[in-house]
Amino acid sequence: MSDDIRAMTSELARDPGSLVFIPLGEALRARGQIEAARKVIRAGLERNPDSTDAHDLHARLLVDVGDLEGAEREWSLVLSADARHLGAHKGLGFLCYRRGDVDGALDHLELALSVDPADPNVLQALQTVRGVVAEGGRSAPAVPARHGEMAADTGPFSGVEGADRAMLLVDPRGRVLGGGLRNPAGIEVAETVAAQLAGVSQEAERTVRVLELGEWSSIVAEAADGNMFLCQALPDTILLLVRDRSVPPARMQVIAEKAAEQARAWIAGQTP
Amino acid sequence: MDRGADAVTGIRFRRLLDQVTRVRGVRGALLVAGEDGLVVAEAVMEGVRANAVAALTGSLARRMRRTADAAGIGFPHFLHLQATTGAICAVPAADGTLVVAIADAEVNVGLLRLALLKVAEVMA
Repeated sequence: MSDDIRAMTSELARDPGSLVFIPLGEALRARGQIEAARKVIRAGLERNPDSTDAHDLHARLLVDVGDLEGAEREWSLVLSADARHLGAHKGLGFLCYRRGDVDGALDHLELALSVDPADPNVLQALQTVRGVVAEGGRSAPAVPARHGEMAADTGPFSGVEGADRAMLLVDPRGRVLGGGLRNPAGIEVAETVAAQLAGVSQEAERTVRVLELGEWSSIVAEAADGNMFLCQALPDTILLLVRDRSVPPARMQVIAEKAAEQARAWIAGQTP
Repeated sequence: MDRGADAVTGIRFRRLLDQVTRVRGVRGALLVAGEDGLVVAEAVMEGVRANAVAALTGSLARRMRRTADAAGIGFPHFLHLQATTGAICAVPAADGTLVVAIADAEVNVGLLRLALLKVAEVMA
């Protein structure tokens, strides 16, 4: 647990009505501890039901777990209380884009831009959506992985929980094919980890070959600050999933299987 | 350490490893020097190549440790490689050693994990 999170947790324990639950939830989300963040926000909203920022964060957490309808309800609630809430317009713009409603996405993103003309995520998202319009498309060509990141490469795991920050698809030489990985401090570490994964995969293959154990299917590592789940999405492709310790390896396997299925379809779509 | 003390230590390690081999489906348990992958103690079924298991698991554990470090999730305290006809589990113990088990594919990994962690705890 980082010092910041520890300090905010202590403050919340001292004063359960404090609004510190919002930055605490943000910090937990940034570390990929989605379930912990949801718990904090749900408890905080019980005491502070009128906090629009808390509802905004709750909506983003709902997107993280794939509950898009719930997220839409939350952001609509925010806009009913504050018609110029930046986060809500960005979020609803994301949801509109995701379901192919480019006009709706433009409406929300332009309103978001009027609130904060310098927000880089809004500028990037608007550029993406306008690009779709300019190409004559009125439906979105790809599903964004996460709201506020519409211009990013959505890659093979769109719609899978934590696709952009805790899931990697890597080739046997350690090159990133898709996904993203951030360490608990929020720093992108995909390339570094991918380079290490090439060695892990070779070592696993050597181990099962020498010991005559057949084909390796998965490797689980439980560590002090998180769990890793590694499997082969395709014969020459490694999939890595990282989650906080609250997510058991069995649950990670389920998520990995879903992600592997999408990755296979994505790879098939990339090849002529 | 004299030969008598070595023998006592060997018996003690062997008894500890027996706790792991009691789990149904386990073919062998070993105590491995983590850095060089050498066998410190073993309790394995006939046909299990203890030296190979030790060397390969030691190497895999080192690579997983580097990967976990790069991902920022800290030091791994349990490792499980699942294959179609077998499984390997490892837990770090005192002084850089690893407690390793090789088992059938259908082994109860939860029970095996507990047994390995218990041995590592006793060794610490």
